[in-house]
Amino acid sequence: MAIKNKKINTCSALYTTKVMEIFKNPHNFGKIKNADGIGKVGNIICGDVMWLYIKVAENKKKKEIIKDIKFETFGCVAAISTSSMITDLVKGKTIKQALKVKKDNIIKKLGGLPSIKYHCSVLAVDALTEAIYDYYLKQGKDFPDELLERHKKLKKDKGE
Amino acid sequence: MDRIYLDYSATTPVDKRVLKAMEPYFSEEFGNSMSLHSFGQSAKLALENSRAVLAELINAKPNEIIFTSSATESNNTVLKGIALTKKSGHIIISSIEHPCIIESANWLEKQGFEITELPVDKFGMINVEDVKNAIKENTILVSVIHASNEIGTIQPIAEIGKICKEKGVLFHTDASQSFGKELIDVEKMNIDLLTASSHKIYGPKGVGLLFIKNGIRIEPLLHGGGQENGMRGSTVNIAGIVGFAKAAGICKKEMKKENKRLIALRKELIKGVLKIKNSYLNGHPEKRLANNANFSFDFIEGESLLMQLDMEAIACSTGSACSSFKLEPSHVLLATGIKPEQAHGSLRISLGRFTTKKDIKKVLKVLPKIVQKIRDISPYK
Repeated sequence: MAIKNKKINTCSALYTTKVMEIFKNPHNFGKIKNADGIGKVGNIICGDVMWLYIKVAENKKKKEIIKDIKFETFGCVAAISTSSMITDLVKGKTIKQALKVKKDNIIKKLGGLPSIKYHCSVLAVDALTEAIYDYYLKQGKDFPDELLERHKKLKKDKGE
Repeated sequence: MDRIYLDYSATTPVDKRVLKAMEPYFSEEFGNSMSLHSFGQSAKLALENSRAVLAELINAKPNEIIFTSSATESNNTVLKGIALTKKSGHIIISSIEHPCIIESANWLEKQGFEITELPVDKFGMINVEDVKNAIKENTILVSVIHASNEIGTIQPIAEIGKICKEKGVLFHTDASQSFGKELIDVEKMNIDLLTASSHKIYGPKGVGLLFIKNGIRIEPLLHGGGQENGMRGSTVNIAGIVGFAKAAGICKKEMKKENKRLIALRKELIKGVLKIKNSYLNGHPEKRLANNANFSFDFIEGESLLMQLDMEAIACSTGSACSSFKLEPSHVLLATGIKPEQAHGSLRISLGRFTTKKDIKKVLKVLPKIVQKIRDISPYK
């Protein structure tokens, strides 16, 4: 049945307008070929899987920065919008700065998330952690202490 | 852009004819059906006429129908009311019941009752032999949903009713989705108790009914002023009940023609949707409600799919975990044996009285693009 109503597309009591906007047009999705680091988190049985690809370069001050970042996500509106948001938040940032991004930064930037969906923002931070860890691993570099701890905790939570 | 509603299994709009029938019962004929004056008696007459219309639809007697506030209340009344009457025993339900049956059964289990959940096959169908084998000496009730709200599968309730009668066990069916849409005869089908709901058949929300075969003792949940033969205290919702009866009358008259129309529309829908790669139809290919189609799409998640469709002004439903408050995928889809990831990627499209060929065409035009868009974002291809 055709129901006349001009107020469509904005009516969600669950998600903020910002979340819906990003969900409609997510940024930086897809693969990076020859990525310097890949972070794969989540579990398809639970319904959320996030893969983050990063390309690392040095800036003028010789600091390592995330030159490019892309995501592939199997998941709900919240999972897709948090994926997109974390790519926006860390693109161009130094690795040190990127590791400072926490779930609350993502939630704030999205104008809020339903509490039942907070785990999606955690997943985004975890994916980034794992992508950076993978980069260090491939480069044979020493891991910063915090990164190693975060990686170990994720593996432990996963039961590996 | 006009919105297309394809979630008729969730709820339906009130039919304008129904609304018209209800109108006098708000401000003119507003009496309390328990009052002896003319205001009250006018309401009482409307109440009893409505009861008769609804009883006739399932070949019951008017005094075997009580009105409730919802199918959830009716189902709670059956499980808890029978349990309270019998004090102890064993209850059999299916694994694809509505949460209000499952949660009531879980609660009763905590109170010391024994619960058996019958499995279903890949089409969501119960094996009648399983019912026979599950009935024990202390079984007090068998409750099986007539038609699944999620996958539309219609159970062989006449056969189950026959077995229950032979074994002397009470048989209840939740007919929320089938009442007014499929022929139901409580006598021929040996149904002892039956639940139905108004808002699934173009009536108002907030009204349900419970058929209780004469002679069955059942404890009420709401004790009060003696309404509904002492079975449910509460001033009756006259406008709602009048609307329910009007809605049922229309369904009865239009059922055959409407089902034929819906089946043709759905056939077109299924044919078109299954052209999308890695898509499947959930539920039974034939033994299903005329208005129900339920699909799974590999590699994508249902809430995203639903919300993308919503942005294209198409309203459907999903069995994905992300859309449920428990964050678990549909127990009905899992009971049919599909993988959790396929349950996550499910989409229920339920048609109804106001669905047109044009609506289906729009879905078939939009859906493949949206599935592709979400698959492009997904790591799985």
